[in-house]
Amino acid sequence: MGLKRRRAVRETPAPETPPVITGPRALVTIDALGRKCPIPIIMLAERIGEVPVGEIIAVKADDVAARTDVPAWCRMKSQDFVWEETLPRGWAFHVRRNY
Amino acid sequence: MAYFDAASTEPLHPAAREALLGALEGGWADPQRLYGSARRSRMLLERARAQVAAAFGARADETSFTSSGTQAIHLGVLGTLHARRRAGRHLVVGAVEHSSVLHAAGRHEREGGTVTTVGVDRTGRVDPEEFAAALRPDTALACLQSANHEVGTLQPVAEVAEACRAARVPLLVDAAQSAGRAPILGGWSLLTASAHKWGGPPGVGVLVVRKNTRWRSPLPEDERESRRVPGFENVPAIVAAAAALEAYGAEMELDAPRLSALVDLIRERAPRLVEDVEVIGHPVERLPHLVTFSCLYVEGEALLTELDRLGFEVSSGSSCTADTLRPSHVLEAMGVITHGNVRVSLSRGTRAADVDRFLAVLPGAVRRLRQTSGVTG
Repeated sequence: MGLKRRRAVRETPAPETPPVITGPRALVTIDALGRKCPIPIIMLAERIGEVPVGEIIAVKADDVAARTDVPAWCRMKSQDFVWEETLPRGWAFHVRRNY
Repeated sequence: MAYFDAASTEPLHPAAREALLGALEGGWADPQRLYGSARRSRMLLERARAQVAAAFGARADETSFTSSGTQAIHLGVLGTLHARRRAGRHLVVGAVEHSSVLHAAGRHEREGGTVTTVGVDRTGRVDPEEFAAALRPDTALACLQSANHEVGTLQPVAEVAEACRAARVPLLVDAAQSAGRAPILGGWSLLTASAHKWGGPPGVGVLVVRKNTRWRSPLPEDERESRRVPGFENVPAIVAAAAALEAYGAEMELDAPRLSALVDLIRERAPRLVEDVEVIGHPVERLPHLVTFSCLYVEGEALLTELDRLGFEVSSGSSCTADTLRPSHVLEAMGVITHGNVRVSLSRGTRAADVDRFLAVLPGAVRRLRQTSGVTG
């Protein structure tokens, strides 16, 4: 069971200087903007097969629940959550297909 | 219909009903007055106070009744911060506390105070060492729930209380989910609870402030409840709350292990019967009556509606069931799936047959909803 600490102690008010996170680009990007969870997860599960094993698929979503659900789905389904890109509206979640 | 939402509220215990009806007759008068009917009312109130205090390992003069568990938390948090503002304006809270704690913390922050939120692991448990490390010389108060209301995980209250004692920081323990069901551990400075969670009537909360704890009401002065809680006491409801706590606590010594075995059954079977289900919360360090699981690709609200149609009243931490569109802060802090979430919390006397029937209908309910949204597998 994964007991790894997810969030360290958070001080508030926090000095908000988020590092600019970048990562490998996706081969296929799914647009789930405007769709509520679990739709972005359903779309990701359906379409991950469109990229070869080892490649990256991204799902764009603006339901804040997706920020928790995409990494949690990856953990449950043994896929790799690679990085989260901040978009002008929402985020693009990058996932590496493992199998 | 099977009621599986005891964590929201436990059905009124027969002992509470009986005590309530009796106290409506004998406990209607103002307990602060000096004539006969007032004395009877006061006697009932003070007897109830002694009963509740004893159950929580506290003194009667440390124990006050509020109008709800939420009010007890608001008063406990804000009153301690107010009384200790010269010691400092720093507050420490767990990330998965009840919203009433987090909202009180938010207000403290808006008024210039600082708040440290201690994160939790995947099971929803704070790390006592991490909690201890968050305590500072200017920390006025620390808050930790006895057990989580959404996933049932028990918090390391004893260890955190020890750390708070060493740092000379008062600890408020929100015991709303465990009071009456599990023993209250010592070491706290303030304790809050809510009577309707143990089969008492709604509208009765408990705030215990230890003798040596600095506390001052954040509200305008009022002489009721040793100046801790404003307003005319609801004596009949308080009497019923105390009667329920005594009866419920005694029954739970026997019933809690039975309910816990039913919870184990759900924990074990649900992920086997239904594909892509994750049981969340600590498997061992947990409340006896509560289990939460999430079903991938299913909307929480749709699942609740379907289970209600099938005769099961359950709750969910999924966002679509809440007033806000944000997902449950508990599930978010744990890093677990926030959709398709089902919380099953068994009330006193829940029958094993009802749990069996629930497990029998669950796979079909989830399958139908997945088919509706086009999930093939």
